[in-house]
Amino acid sequence: MARAITNERKIINTVAAWGIGLLIFFPILWTILTSFKTEAQAINDPPLFLFFDWTLENYAVVQERSNYGRFLWNSIFIAGGSTLLGVIIAIPAAWSMAFVPSKRTKDILLWMLSTKMLPAVGVLYPIYLLFIQFGLLDSILGLTIVLMLINLPIMVWMLYTYFREIPGEILEAARMDGATLRSEILYVLTPMAIPGIASTLLLNFILAWNEAFWTLNLTAAQAAPLTAFIASYSSPEGLFYAKLSAASTMAILPILILGWFSQKQLVRGLTFGAVK
Amino acid sequence: MKYLTRTLLGAAVASLMASTANADGHAKTLTIATVNNGDMIRMQKYTDDFTKKTGHKVEWVTLEENVLRQRVTTDITTKGGAFDIMTIGMYETPIWGKNGWLVSLNDLSAEYNADDILPAMRGGLSYEGTMYAAPFYGESSMIMYRSDLMEKAGMEMPEAPTWDFIAKAAAAMTDRGNEINGICLRGKAGWGEGGAFITAMSNSFGARWFDENWNAQFDTKEWADTLNFYKSMMDASGPPGYATNGFNENLSLFQQGKCGMWIDATVAASFVTNPNDSTVADKVGFALAPDTGLGKRSNWLWAWALAIPAGTQKADAAKEFIEWATGTGYIELVAAKEGWANVPPGARTSLYENPEYKKVPFAKMTLDSILSADPTNSTVKPSPYVGIQFAAIPEFAGIATDVSQEFSAAYAGQQTVEEALAKAQALTNDAMEAAGYK
Repeated sequence: MARAITNERKIINTVAAWGIGLLIFFPILWTILTSFKTEAQAINDPPLFLFFDWTLENYAVVQERSNYGRFLWNSIFIAGGSTLLGVIIAIPAAWSMAFVPSKRTKDILLWMLSTKMLPAVGVLYPIYLLFIQFGLLDSILGLTIVLMLINLPIMVWMLYTYFREIPGEILEAARMDGATLRSEILYVLTPMAIPGIASTLLLNFILAWNEAFWTLNLTAAQAAPLTAFIASYSSPEGLFYAKLSAASTMAILPILILGWFSQKQLVRGLTFGAVK
Repeated sequence: MKYLTRTLLGAAVASLMASTANADGHAKTLTIATVNNGDMIRMQKYTDDFTKKTGHKVEWVTLEENVLRQRVTTDITTKGGAFDIMTIGMYETPIWGKNGWLVSLNDLSAEYNADDILPAMRGGLSYEGTMYAAPFYGESSMIMYRSDLMEKAGMEMPEAPTWDFIAKAAAAMTDRGNEINGICLRGKAGWGEGGAFITAMSNSFGARWFDENWNAQFDTKEWADTLNFYKSMMDASGPPGYATNGFNENLSLFQQGKCGMWIDATVAASFVTNPNDSTVADKVGFALAPDTGLGKRSNWLWAWALAIPAGTQKADAAKEFIEWATGTGYIELVAAKEGWANVPPGARTSLYENPEYKKVPFAKMTLDSILSADPTNSTVKPSPYVGIQFAAIPEFAGIATDVSQEFSAAYAGQQTVEEALAKAQALTNDAMEAAGYK
């Protein structure tokens, strides 16, 4: 029998949820607010919260100094490309691990995850040399491949978890009805796992969007995405906090909008299978 | 189909011819890696002037200093060729020049007048007589102080003060009730942050990083004196949490009127005297960095300079850019558009002979500070390294970052000065032994 939730409890839960939510969101809010201040106001002590002369000057300066459009498109292509490429490989891989596991499946899954434990800088030089060899330095294609490979273990793991929730009998029935392997994955498994695939896509798109080690180290002027755009406004010798905040706001805005509209799918996907 | 094939072939040949002409001849696109600071950003704004004069286009890759350092190091050591020009400092230039990673700049044109470059800058950017980077701007360090607070304290700043005077003045200017700290200094960990400051300061106390046989010297009285003096002065008159303050934090405090004195890079002078950003712009005086009477002052020497990596295919166009950016013509261009206070300082002798520039309040003290810094003879006792706030060996950045972390922990009260020095001594000797110096 479900326990009744009192109104008092509901209020406490709501206030707590809002409090935690605001706490988590506060750094982003502060960045957005700072982007509308002058450099002098940005460093003011005590900090100015809402009562200052709001200005769009930082956005104008950033727009004038940097080719925001190019950075944005590079980010979209790299994050989008690596996510799509990754999911194309991850779905069949997760299918085989979930429905036709071998003795070594668990070992392989753990090994895949263990590659995430290696510090990225440990393989910087080998990858950099490979990129030089194949002419991939400062190219969208090169970064797309690297980010896809980096995120692939997470994608396979996520999809594997979702696929395990789907009864194997349904796929067996499809096979008995004459479905080929391709049709089984495309027309039976995929539609049933749409929420899981959607959240995998979204999460990996966000991870690729925010990736700031490889995107900074393997690009120069042509393929640099928004992470490089933000890095160009950081300085240890000079106060550019307001401009840095404007650049950061411009960089996170697309992903913030995407996250806002897809939060339902994200939450559903992430909690899928958590409660049986 | 035939028509389509012919058209495609024609287009391919035409584009090949176009790209060959481009590579052979004239207009090239240079990729330049640089740091994000005021002077560099200004240069980016005037790139059109260079393109108009030479036809070459420029693509900028602007990064934060430490990110840039790692990025260009990766590229140059692997001969990646991602950049045609790199912005590097005095620390990297002689090391990379020695390794053959940079193109010599000894053959710049006569009009460029390389002899006009300040000798200290040219020396610091050369290896065995070959200049490998051209200074875009140079800096030393000096005292910036609040003339009104100094007067209120009943003291007068000498042009070349001692550390004892600075400690007394700091105590006299401190007014905790009004949030005024007598002195603001770097304490933040990092070889280029607090590490640079304390190393330059230690020179004036007679300390050195290594003896002639590359033995660490942190177990000496001179280092103990340096750190104890720094810590007791900062505990008494410095801002709260000074152990985590770097250039930006102190700049922010000074601009808000919360520091009586600040000893830091000479380029900061233009920031603290800019009325748009600084609340104390009209109350700032300048003096040489302090000493203890041992013959060495505690000022450093640094330059942000432009160098050409050996892997580039566009060395000639890159040299044209370097001549444009670090030549006298660029200084005149900036002076005409933005005033003499905004020209890149510290690189050329002729700038300091210019009567217009002499009117800038911090010009003389900047020049005097630069001229008093000698990277080839920076310590009281003999040392085997070149450099004032660093030792120009590849291992220094890593070791000094670790050492400065120990020092910062001592400033924060997490360990004693003696413990910090003992750890610094051990880790430096270990690293030097592993690197084969001993």
